[in-house]
Amino acid sequence: MPSEKKLMRGSNVVGEAAVRAGCRFYAGYPITPQNELPEYLSARMPEVGGAFIQGESEIASINMVLGAAATGVRAMTSSSSPGVALKQEGISYMAGQELPAVVINMMRGGPGLGNIAPSGADYYQATRGGGNGDYRTPVLAPAGCQELADLTFTAFDIADKYRTPVMILGDGLMGQVMEPVIFPDPIDIKSLPPKDWALTGCKGRKPKAIFSMLLDLNALYNHNLHLQEKYDEITAKELRWDTAMTEDAELLVVAYGTPSRIAESAIEELRAEGIKAGLFRPITLWPFPTIPLRKLAAKIGKVGVFEFSMGQMLDDVIMAVGERAEIYFYGVPGGIIPTPSDVARFLKSSIKGDGKVGRRIEA
Amino acid sequence: MIKRTLFAGFGGQGVLLMGYVLSHGAMHRGLNVTYFPSYGAEMRGGTANCTVTLSDKKIASPVASNPDLFVAMNYPSLEKFEKSVAKSGLIFLNATLIKEEVSRKDVEVIKVPTLELAKEAGSDRAINMVMIGALCAKSGLLSLEDTVAGMQAALKGKEKFFPLNRKGIERGFAFIADGK
Repeated sequence: MPSEKKLMRGSNVVGEAAVRAGCRFYAGYPITPQNELPEYLSARMPEVGGAFIQGESEIASINMVLGAAATGVRAMTSSSSPGVALKQEGISYMAGQELPAVVINMMRGGPGLGNIAPSGADYYQATRGGGNGDYRTPVLAPAGCQELADLTFTAFDIADKYRTPVMILGDGLMGQVMEPVIFPDPIDIKSLPPKDWALTGCKGRKPKAIFSMLLDLNALYNHNLHLQEKYDEITAKELRWDTAMTEDAELLVVAYGTPSRIAESAIEELRAEGIKAGLFRPITLWPFPTIPLRKLAAKIGKVGVFEFSMGQMLDDVIMAVGERAEIYFYGVPGGIIPTPSDVARFLKSSIKGDGKVGRRIEA
Repeated sequence: MIKRTLFAGFGGQGVLLMGYVLSHGAMHRGLNVTYFPSYGAEMRGGTANCTVTLSDKKIASPVASNPDLFVAMNYPSLEKFEKSVAKSGLIFLNATLIKEEVSRKDVEVIKVPTLELAKEAGSDRAINMVMIGALCAKSGLLSLEDTVAGMQAALKGKEKFFPLNRKGIERGFAFIADGK
């Protein structure tokens, strides 16, 4: 049955939700600001007969997840920015081998080791992928603890359905914030569709193999066409986004994750003064909700993009909106958390078009 | 209704625990709540702070522009955050440590002699419980029962500390009621 309302930290929420979504294998290597997640699972996994492994490194951990996923078990790893950079090779291999798994990134400041403050500077890394080859990773961007719980279920379902690694992109703030959460029912693992491709021991049947090396030229060519078909299907079926207060808006604010919540409070501050702005919040960052954003932006005529980075999602907004609306940008790099009032000043400046806070983007 | 409270002080003064108590108490009262702690290097020996937002509606940002209530447990915190407090806001000073005056004239200042009151309640370690009691009593955010329920939820598994912490909370409520 669904849980009682529980006050929980974002990182722990992901751990509990993963267990309830049927995850029975976790491997990871510690890094702030997401250590509460492996800490939680180190106690929780044994309770449900699952495996928790603190690997010797991020690279070892992602490859353990690859191995576990190949046996058909729901598997997950988590880290923060520099740690996720190390996992990119494994993600590319899982994409090539069509192995389902969930990768959590609670983003912190970069580049390099950076700092432990919240950041949104891994948008490129998540949506474009740091690994090699023609692959895409579905990326889900929750905005709070309840959505962290719900989208963890979604992530495992998308991973299994399309046989692909899926990323949940949060940030250090989201990992640390506590909010009341109601968890969905635990799933019955036996009720999941069978994975006839899984490597479960070949006694009594023909041996199977899973690998990403396809030396035959036609085989790799056809494999990539097959992957692309899958990515097209994900783009058609799995787009997710949310809007708020857009009906009468003079400015459309585009933000995901924690910045979308700061932006929503900024919009509320403006509305108290009679200034009308609305919010467009991508929930899938890949696939990006290009067409819905394009339509709404064209109708409203002005777009303000706000990110915890110097302009990464901005590229997707420019591709979606182009010359159909004026685009303004306000980016805050890792380390500093702007307040709703800071964002409200940017939005006011964008509505006036004076460029005093943030900057005008020529698309 | 939306109320944002900022707690700040030295690591070790129980600053984050005050935030837990308020958050759990608010949930007990049926309100929406977000709790956002500082988790930086400052937690390891320097200043610590957390922001708790309570509302009967959906809460958008866990980050507050201008807190309505501010608890300063030491002078560096007062100096750092005083300016950010909303007009007509409440500033609660740990008067045991802070001898300086608040320079703002558009806020109400409540000076709580936490250590003296905590000793009266039975333990000099209960300064944070005295302060959260005073905060909830003065602001009307939580009743005594909800505050105690919040403390018990926040310290689940550490039941042996309940009676002493309860006395601390009660002392904070009594200080606001009697002015002493």
